[in-house]
Amino acid sequence: MFDVLFQPAIDGQLYIQWLLSGLMWTLLLAVGGWWIAFAIGVLVGVGRTSRNRAVALAARLYVEVFRNIPVLVQMFLWYFVLPELLPTGLGDRIKQMPPPWGAFFPALACLGLYTAARIAEQVRAGIEALPAGQDEAAAALGLSPWAARRHIIVPQALRLIVPSLTSEVMGIYKNTSVALTIGLLELTAQARQISEATFQTFGAFAAATIIYLLLALVAYRLMLWIDRRFQIPGSAPARKARRLPILRRGGAL
Amino acid sequence: MNSPVPTDPVIRLTEVNKHYGNFHALRDVSLEVAKGEKIIICGPSGSGKSTLIRCINRIERHDSGEILVDGHRLTGDTKDVAAIRREVGMVFQSFNLFPHMTILENCTIAPRKSRGLGKAEAEERAMHYLTKVRIPDQAGKYPGQLSGGQQQRVAIARALCMQPRVMLFDEPTSALDPEMVKEVLDTMVELAEEGMTMLCVTHEMGFARQVADRVIFMDRGEKIEEAAPGAFFTNPQSPRAREFLQQVIH
Ligand SMILES: Nc1ncnc2c1ncn2[C@@H]1O[C@H](COP(=O)(O)OP(=O)(O)OP(=O)(O)O)[C@@H](O)[C@H]1O
Ligand SMILES: [Mg+2]
Repeated sequence: MFDVLFQPAIDGQLYIQWLLSGLMWTLLLAVGGWWIAFAIGVLVGVGRTSRNRAVALAARLYVEVFRNIPVLVQMFLWYFVLPELLPTGLGDRIKQMPPPWGAFFPALACLGLYTAARIAEQVRAGIEALPAGQDEAAAALGLSPWAARRHIIVPQALRLIVPSLTSEVMGIYKNTSVALTIGLLELTAQARQISEATFQTFGAFAAATIIYLLLALVAYRLMLWIDRRFQIPGSAPARKARRLPILRRGGAL
Repeated sequence: MNSPVPTDPVIRLTEVNKHYGNFHALRDVSLEVAKGEKIIICGPSGSGKSTLIRCINRIERHDSGEILVDGHRLTGDTKDVAAIRREVGMVFQSFNLFPHMTILENCTIAPRKSRGLGKAEAEERAMHYLTKVRIPDQAGKYPGQLSGGQQQRVAIARALCMQPRVMLFDEPTSALDPEMVKEVLDTMVELAEEGMTMLCVTHEMGFARQVADRVIFMDRGEKIEEAAPGAFFTNPQSPRAREFLQQVIH
């Protein structure tokens, strides 16, 4: 079934090399996008719980905008519309970026900022789930609101939301496939190219599917490890994979 | 109410009012606390005891009246609030330790981040107060690994690490199993004997008799009685206080 992968393509490479190159771009996009999403998501999520009205409103606006516009539309906005809105010089320079980067950076921004909005809501939920006594104790000790969030609130909220962050990790790399619409040759795009060049549609897409599933397994395992690693000693070993019944430990994905 | 009038008040409340929505939680409460005084606040559930002491470090904000702590007037000014919170320690019914930090970290975080102490100095100070509450050997553990009594003693040490001039206690022993109440009260008695200014909401009448300079009785948001403990316990003036004492003693 996977014979096709080991046949030479017109450019002299084996098709499997096409697939691996696609995998590399998928991973770059997912991992890079994740760090952007995590950094912005935590900041915006904290902003959502701010007592400063302007800050809370700005954070809310961010979430509503980036979470509610379909990813595909956002991808087009970053790729086609943004360069037109910028001053001509800058816009032209963006349009002239050499091939993979010209699609990669808009895709990175798109997935990073979209996922950030989703993470922000998780972070907010995590913060709101903490007992009020934590905030009160921090305040009573003279910690500034910033220090209280930095050292007391956010570290606990993040631990609480590891299970739901797991689905965000899976979400972002699945969404990387949307980048093919703006011409990034990531995993799905490469599978499609192989299929078009060889008419071995089944083999090409089966290989891509298996790679996606393996990635999911790796991501899940990684998050499980993080969950354990940051488990608070003496706290009840509650929650765990409960919120992800399909991926329960021991289950075959 | 022939208790001595405090001369140099560390805390002065003047006709303080506080509402939660339409609910009048504090009604014209006035109170002066001199340096080194121990005040016990008691009263039925919902009478405003917690609200009263939580207004003193602005965990709750009052609506009207004046609160002066150590010369700082409590207004919306964040600088004054921060200054007051550094001078006023608080111990909660539910401990409120930070579960993701070790005992030592619980005790060093505020001195480091809010007083600007170095790590070594903060840890040395933390160990000093942990020794004082007799749990230096637990410094490396997490709150979830300690008993309730131990956690509350850590909470006291954590507050002391800021070297406050006043300590507020909100029913510090109410969440404890009976056999752990004594170890916490003993710690508080020691603190009282060292001259700490203390405001303590508690129904531990033995403790109140032992350390209190004055007892405040609250009901429905009002300060009903203020008397020396001997006078209050043997001869309460108001019927409401009499009724309350009967319930607590039995
Ligand atoms: N955040 C709040 N919002 C609305 N009402 C509140 C709030 N906090 C307290 N109250 C109300 O104010 C009143 C006084 O509350 P407070 O906690 O000060 O009472 P308390 O004397 O400490 O009682 P307890 O002995 O039960 O702790 C109660 O009737 C309570 O329901
Ligand atoms: Mg109370």
